[in-house]
Amino acid sequence: MANARAYLLLARMWIRVSMSYRTSFVVLTIGQFLISGLDFVAIVLMFTNIDALGGFSLTEIAFLYGGSTLCLGLADLILGNIERLGRRIRLGTLDAMMVRPVSVYVQMCADEFALRRLGRITQGGLVFAWAVHALDIDWTAARLAMVPYLLVFGTAIFLAIFTMGAAVQFWTADSSELANAFTYGGSTLAQFPMTIYPTEAIKALTFVIPITFVNWYPSLFILDRSDPLGLPGAVRFGGPVVAALLAAMAAGIWRTGIRHYRSTGS
Amino acid sequence: MRATGSLWFAVAQRSFRRYSTYRAATLAGIFTNCVFGLIFCFVYIAVWNQNPDAGGYDRTDAITYVWLGQAMIMTVAVWNGGATDDLAARIKSGDVAVDLYRPVNLLGWYLASDLGRALFHLLTRGVAPTVFGAVIFDLRYPASTLTWVQFAVSAVLAVTVSFGVRMLVSASAFWLLDDTGIKNLAAVLAMFFSGLVVPLVLFPGWTRDLASVLPWASYLQVPADIWLGKHVGGDAWMALGFQALWTLVLLAFCHGVLQLANRKVVVQGG
Repeated sequence: MANARAYLLLARMWIRVSMSYRTSFVVLTIGQFLISGLDFVAIVLMFTNIDALGGFSLTEIAFLYGGSTLCLGLADLILGNIERLGRRIRLGTLDAMMVRPVSVYVQMCADEFALRRLGRITQGGLVFAWAVHALDIDWTAARLAMVPYLLVFGTAIFLAIFTMGAAVQFWTADSSELANAFTYGGSTLAQFPMTIYPTEAIKALTFVIPITFVNWYPSLFILDRSDPLGLPGAVRFGGPVVAALLAAMAAGIWRTGIRHYRSTGS
Repeated sequence: MRATGSLWFAVAQRSFRRYSTYRAATLAGIFTNCVFGLIFCFVYIAVWNQNPDAGGYDRTDAITYVWLGQAMIMTVAVWNGGATDDLAARIKSGDVAVDLYRPVNLLGWYLASDLGRALFHLLTRGVAPTVFGAVIFDLRYPASTLTWVQFAVSAVLAVTVSFGVRMLVSASAFWLLDDTGIKNLAAVLAMFFSGLVVPLVLFPGWTRDLASVLPWASYLQVPADIWLGKHVGGDAWMALGFQALWTLVLLAFCHGVLQLANRKVVVQGG
C-alpha cells in the first residue's frame, strides 16, 4: 500500500515536471502516436498487395495489433523507464535510490514517468476500437469479459518481461537493448497472427517465452477462431497462470540482482 | 589537402574505436536485430505466399531485403544517433564554440567521425545479423564483382545522405536549443520513407514514385535494389548518381546552415 502511494507520488511529480515544458510534451506525445501508427500503416500498405495474411483479414489483424499495442503501451507507461537501470548503475545514481525509504523497484518503475506514452496507447486503442467496430463479433457475455481479461493479463505479462529485462542489467550494465528484443519484439510478433510462424516457433512462444498468452489465445476466443496448435480450449484462459508465473520469476531475478549489486567504481 | 585527408582519417579511426568499446551493447543489439529480422521474414513470407510477385520482388528478394534492412538500421542510424547527436549535445551545452574555433572544417570533422561509426556498425550490427539470416534462409547475393563494388559505394552514399539529413536536424539546435521534437519527427520520416517498415516497392501507385525520389530512398531501397540486381547496367549507375546528388545537395545545405549559424548564433552564456 505504501509502495503504491509512493509510486503515485513519484509519477505525479514527473507529470508536473513534463507539464512545465508543455509544447515539448505535446510534440513528443504526437510523435509517439505517429511512430506507433506507422506500424499499422505498414500493415495496411501490405494489404494493398494481398487480401489475407496467414488466413486472417485486415480487420482481424487490426484486432490483434490493437490488443498487442495496448498491452505493451500500458506496461511501458507503468514502468518503461526501468530499462534505464543499467545507466543508473554506470553513473552510480542507483546508490542514491538505495538509501531512500522507498523500494528501489518502485523508484525505478516511476523514474521519469512519461505521460507522453499515452500517444502509443491512444493509437493502439483507436485501431482496437476500429477493429471491434468493423468485425462482426457475436458478443456473448464471455467474449465481452475476455476484453478486459486480455488487457489486464497481457499488460501483466509485459510488465514481468520489462522487469526481467531490466534486472539482467544488474549483471550486464549496458545491455538494455537485449530487453527490447523481448518487449518491442514480443509486441511486434503478437501484432500478427501466429499462423504465419512455423509450428515450432508457436510452441516456443507458448511454452518457453509465453508471448501468445498476451493477446493470441484471448483473441482466438473472441474472434471464434480455431487454434493452429490444436491445444485444449482451457489454454485460452491460461493468461492469469502465465502472468503469475512470469511475475514470480521476475521478482526472483530482481531480488537476486539487488542482492548481487555491489555498487560501481571498483 | 594531404594533411586534411589524414586528419579526417584519424578522426574516423578514433570514432570507430570509440564505438567498439561498447561490447555488451553491441552483442545485445545484434541479438535484437536477429529477432526483428526473423519476425519480419515470417511476415514477408506470408505476404509473398499470398502474392508471389508483390512489388516485383520474389520471396528470396523479400527475405534478403529484410536482412539488408536490419543491416542498414544502425549503419545509417535511422533512429538518429551517431556523430550528429554529439553536435546537438555540444550546441546545447555551448561546447560547440570550441568546435567553431578549430582550424578544421566542422562539417568534414563530423562527417569523418560518422563514417567511422558507420563502418563499425556495418561490420558488427550489419554483418552479424545478415550471417544469421543467411544460415536460416536462402538469401540472394550480388551477381558479380561489379555489383559488390556498386553496393559498397551505395552503402557509403547511404551513410552520407543520412548524415546530411541528421546534420540538418542537429543544426536546428542552434536556433531551437532542444532538437528532441524535430529529431523524433525526422526518425518517423526516415523509418517510413526508407522502406524499413515496408519496402517502398509495396507502396501503391504514385506514393511509390514519390517515396523513391525522396532522400530516404537512399538509406535502404537503393542499396537493396543494387544488391538484388534490380538495377543493372546503366540503371545501377543512375541509382548511384541519385544518391550522390542527394549527398551533394544535403551537404551543401548543411554547409550553408553552419555558415549561417557561425555568423548569427550567440553561444549560450556569452
